[in-house]
Amino acid sequence: MRHTISLLVENRFGALSRISGLFSARGYNIESLTVAPTVDPTVSRMTIVTNGDDKVVEQIVKQLNKQVDVIKVWNVSEREYIGRELILVRVSSSEKRRDEVLRVAQVFGAKVIDVGTETVALEMMGDEQEVENFINALKPLGIKELIRTGLVAMLKEQSK
Amino acid sequence: MEKFGAEILIETLLEEGVEVMFGYPGGVLLHIFDVLFDSPINFILTRHEQAAVHAADGYARATGKVGVCIATSGPGATNLTTGIANAYMDSVPIVAITGQVPTALIGGDAFQEADAVGITRSITKYNYLVKEPKDLHRIVKEAFYIASTGRPGPVLIDIPKDVSSGKAVLEKVDKVKLRSYNPVLKGNPKQIERAVSAIIKAEKPVIYAGGGVIISGADKELRELAEQEQIPVTLTLMGLGAFPGTHPLFMGMLGMHGTWTANRAVRDCDLLITIGARFDDRVTGKLDEFAPNAQVIHIDIDPSSISKNILAHIPIVGDVKTVLGQLLEELKRHPHTIPAYRPQWLSQIEAWEEEHPLRYEPSKKIIKPQLVVEMIYKLTKGDAIIATEVGQNQMWAAQYYKFDKPRTLISSGGLGTMGYGFPAAIGAKLGRPDKVVVDIAGDGSIQMNIQELATVAQYHIPVKVVILNNQFLGMVRQWQELFYNKRYSHTCIACQPNFKLLAEAYGVRGYIINDPEQVEPVLKEALFNDEPCLMDFRVHREENVLPIIPPGKSVYDTILAPPVKKNKKNQSGRKG
Repeated sequence: MRHTISLLVENRFGALSRISGLFSARGYNIESLTVAPTVDPTVSRMTIVTNGDDKVVEQIVKQLNKQVDVIKVWNVSEREYIGRELILVRVSSSEKRRDEVLRVAQVFGAKVIDVGTETVALEMMGDEQEVENFINALKPLGIKELIRTGLVAMLKEQSK
Repeated sequence: MEKFGAEILIETLLEEGVEVMFGYPGGVLLHIFDVLFDSPINFILTRHEQAAVHAADGYARATGKVGVCIATSGPGATNLTTGIANAYMDSVPIVAITGQVPTALIGGDAFQEADAVGITRSITKYNYLVKEPKDLHRIVKEAFYIASTGRPGPVLIDIPKDVSSGKAVLEKVDKVKLRSYNPVLKGNPKQIERAVSAIIKAEKPVIYAGGGVIISGADKELRELAEQEQIPVTLTLMGLGAFPGTHPLFMGMLGMHGTWTANRAVRDCDLLITIGARFDDRVTGKLDEFAPNAQVIHIDIDPSSISKNILAHIPIVGDVKTVLGQLLEELKRHPHTIPAYRPQWLSQIEAWEEEHPLRYEPSKKIIKPQLVVEMIYKLTKGDAIIATEVGQNQMWAAQYYKFDKPRTLISSGGLGTMGYGFPAAIGAKLGRPDKVVVDIAGDGSIQMNIQELATVAQYHIPVKVVILNNQFLGMVRQWQELFYNKRYSHTCIACQPNFKLLAEAYGVRGYIINDPEQVEPVLKEALFNDEPCLMDFRVHREENVLPIIPPGKSVYDTILAPPVKKNKKNQSGRKG
């Protein structure tokens, strides 16, 4: 099962590699990982999407908590949260298909960011489901390039 | 006033109470060694960096203090890694200092450059690359704090040459505080209550305790709990000494080479009180047949050890000593009597003990390795510190020496590092000069750090090396005998040096002992003087460590030692 884990870590040299190293050393999967400083520049926020059964995820959370650099860990999947991912996608768009591409873009609220003779590039943001749906809608049109930021997640106020 | 980084380092080490340090110099360490030259720190030059880190580890285990070692960049650092991993697996507090090439050269494949921080990331509790001399003081303070608190472990500090030779003003840090690191010490009161009601009700309880009891200094609390509630105790290898080996409630070690009694009791118990132990596979064997009927209480400072291998019904995160204190308090608040079934449970345990005690076939012709260990026990009255190597020597030491006090067995439990015992014994002796320190070794393991004979000779460190020499890599040979049709693939090491002459070449007294009659007199002569020595006991070549639960199997598959033949005096057979 998929789990989204959010953590606050010391914004220190080596913190990221300690955490990513923990996943590889213990055989846990990382589906995506994002990291950037918070409003306090000495603290970074990491969002990790991983998968595993309950026992594995429990171990992941415990092992993360055990790291000296980790300030706090939340398994946000166990609560109400808002997840967002930004994707950039380039699809083939010959003259006759351009309308179709733009229609899909419109339906999903995507923005055109580059138009060439062979392709159109789009920018789209949404939660996990919206992003999946958008990608699925574009697939028949021919995706040439897909770049995803990985999920970022925020707990809802009432589940904090 | 500005000081050199090297001065700040040594000053901070002294502030942390460092008295002994083990290590080996090198190019990038020259500034540090120049300062070390005039410092009051007792520096021990080992003959290999691996020995330095093992010695620091042995020192830490014997004293409870943080062990410190130092090695140069590149090969010096990589030679430390085995010892660091060893300390990490067994939760030993050490601070390992490595030199690094100057910051301007890092990443450029400079001479003797290796990414020490990267290499040791997964085998340290934490590690640092010091970027500026002004950070040194704080980092060293943090390193000692992290290494010695919570679940202890090794911390590495990598110091580039320009940091030790650079200057900074020393601004002292009074107390280390880390917002991201606050180990939980006190157990949750609700969980303590649940544990108490389980203990009060249990008909067939067992205490299974490990190294955590020794680390937190909770042996008195453990004993009080066991005696007060009349609960039999088994210990892991790391736990030996946490509960008296001669105590009537002690069942011996559990696990692969544990006693029949301990393993049967764990199989049948209805409550398993796990204290500072982590359900290692060498303890549990086949997981679903380990304590299948038991409710499990698990007390550990490391939450990630809880429910990792075996589900804990009552998990209690906290320092073992603190939690046991809470538990004993809570038990006092609930006046209760011992459940009526308990005497039956204890006599069942006694019956198992009589059925299959630890035993071996004695011999008048050939030295049995178990006899050597028993004799060391008899002569030292259980008051020595015993370091071991890894393999059969380690298991015989664990089985036949009755460890009554904590910090008297110094053994590589988790990583199983051959070559550990001799340097660890050196560290232990420096930490506890008042104790007789013996390294119980095999002829394979001893050759992995034999060069340390030079260290004991140079500094007159009276460590006693006992080789149980069977001219085999005995534990692997034993597995080949039992599970691979006696195909002894590359385990015969009959081609070996004359250990007596080798020791003498280093200036250390050596003995060769072939006759069982000579075991006692030689040990009597060798153990109690102020000189290091090496004793080469030529033992029965194909003696096996028994009992053994084959890997992945359960207690019912135990291969037991056959009863001792009649008409001979049974000189083995211990409680447990």
